[in-house]
Amino acid sequence: MSKEMSAKEFIARRIALELRDGDVVNLGIGLPTLVANYLPPSVHLMLQSENGFLGIGPVPEEITPIGQPRIVNAGGAPCSIIPGGSTFDTSISFALMRGGHLDACVLGGLQVDENADLANWMVPGKSVPGMGGAMDLAVGARQVIVAMEHTAKGEKKILKKCDLPLTAKGRVSTIVTEKALFRFHDGKLVLEEYAPGVTVEEIRADTEAAFTVSSELKEMVISQVGL
Amino acid sequence: MKSKRLDIAQVASFLRDGMTIMYGGFMGNGTPPRLMQAILDSGVKDLTMIGDDTAFSDATKGPEGVGLLIRNHRVKKMITGHVGLNKEAQRQMIAGEMEIELSPIGTIAERIRAGGSGLGGVLTPTGVGTSVGDVEMDISVNGQKFNKKQTININGKDYLLELPLTADLAVLEAVMADKMGNLVYYTSMRNHNPLMALAAKTVIVEAHQIVEVGCIDPDHVMTPGVLVDHIVYPA
Repeated sequence: MSKEMSAKEFIARRIALELRDGDVVNLGIGLPTLVANYLPPSVHLMLQSENGFLGIGPVPEEITPIGQPRIVNAGGAPCSIIPGGSTFDTSISFALMRGGHLDACVLGGLQVDENADLANWMVPGKSVPGMGGAMDLAVGARQVIVAMEHTAKGEKKILKKCDLPLTAKGRVSTIVTEKALFRFHDGKLVLEEYAPGVTVEEIRADTEAAFTVSSELKEMVISQVGL
Repeated sequence: MKSKRLDIAQVASFLRDGMTIMYGGFMGNGTPPRLMQAILDSGVKDLTMIGDDTAFSDATKGPEGVGLLIRNHRVKKMITGHVGLNKEAQRQMIAGEMEIELSPIGTIAERIRAGGSGLGGVLTPTGVGTSVGDVEMDISVNGQKFNKKQTININGKDYLLELPLTADLAVLEAVMADKMGNLVYYTSMRNHNPLMALAAKTVIVEAHQIVEVGCIDPDHVMTPGVLVDHIVYPA
């Protein structure tokens, strides 16, 4: 990992290589949204916005004032819809998630555990924003990719058992941090990739969950878009 | 045919303390601003509000939506999926001044759809094994009484039994209505609006534009006018 690159950018660049041309994908708010910036030029996604459309496009040059009819993304910020996009009501939008019609979702994470459980929606007594669409996404997307920093202020986040309120049980497919990429295979956590300069021992020291090391363990390769 | 046109000043005649109101919109996008103002101006209180989220408390970021009623202490209970961008809603929730039932947004949408569609409930995998399944409620299943939301296993898979939602009133925003109440929404402003049109005893729509009957191609109607009781015309 280059010294100038933030952990978040590194994670987003790695996840950008997980997605395939034509995939229907929902990117969560925050770090996951960055993934779109690093997609290889050959990869065009159909991005879902949970508030009711497919085909999230860039922020328009002229922004329609608040109070006039306008297109906003799931965070309520102005955006556009690309050619080929489509709009629908909330029931259809969440049917796309729950019904397994999304190839992948990328979600932020507070904790993931060795049972593939995810906690990412609240910290009791501190932050209770509501789960929004996170639970429906986590339960229904065909692949659930968690994008998160490996530790938070020294606290481990990949645990034996999550102690924060859960978002979904047993649904995480892949965890990408600035140190490692793990995948769940048949319910077991497997270390498949390490970031340049990071040792397996270091990853083990920062990971509470039990994991095995893949026989094909390799160094992480990230998207080079714009570098 | 009786006119569905409603003067904004007449909205108050549909309001009373303690009623349940569904409001369209997602982060305030698709929430009817003049109807929210009319509810506030009427003086009603102790409302139960059902909707996607509590929109923005920072007016530079987006519309205040239902936040207008929350800030003025008119809301007794919220059933919603997200309060994260409304500081006052979070404050009232944490201080216990307002009751909030937080629910996954897909579950809210399906509960509303069930309420408006004559279904007895919805079985959803969303929330299984989380605090969403721990909600205390009185429910009777096959004559047996329970005091908690029920998890039901069907053919080996767990689902939460989520009950239908209905309301006394739904307040919706459409970009275009004809005089019979056939509605067209604009992009992300559609969201829960068509579902709520099914689920409330009285449906009032605030429209940006009114057209004559026949101007909207039947294939382009997003909510059939038979579901709409009253239309508030553009100011």
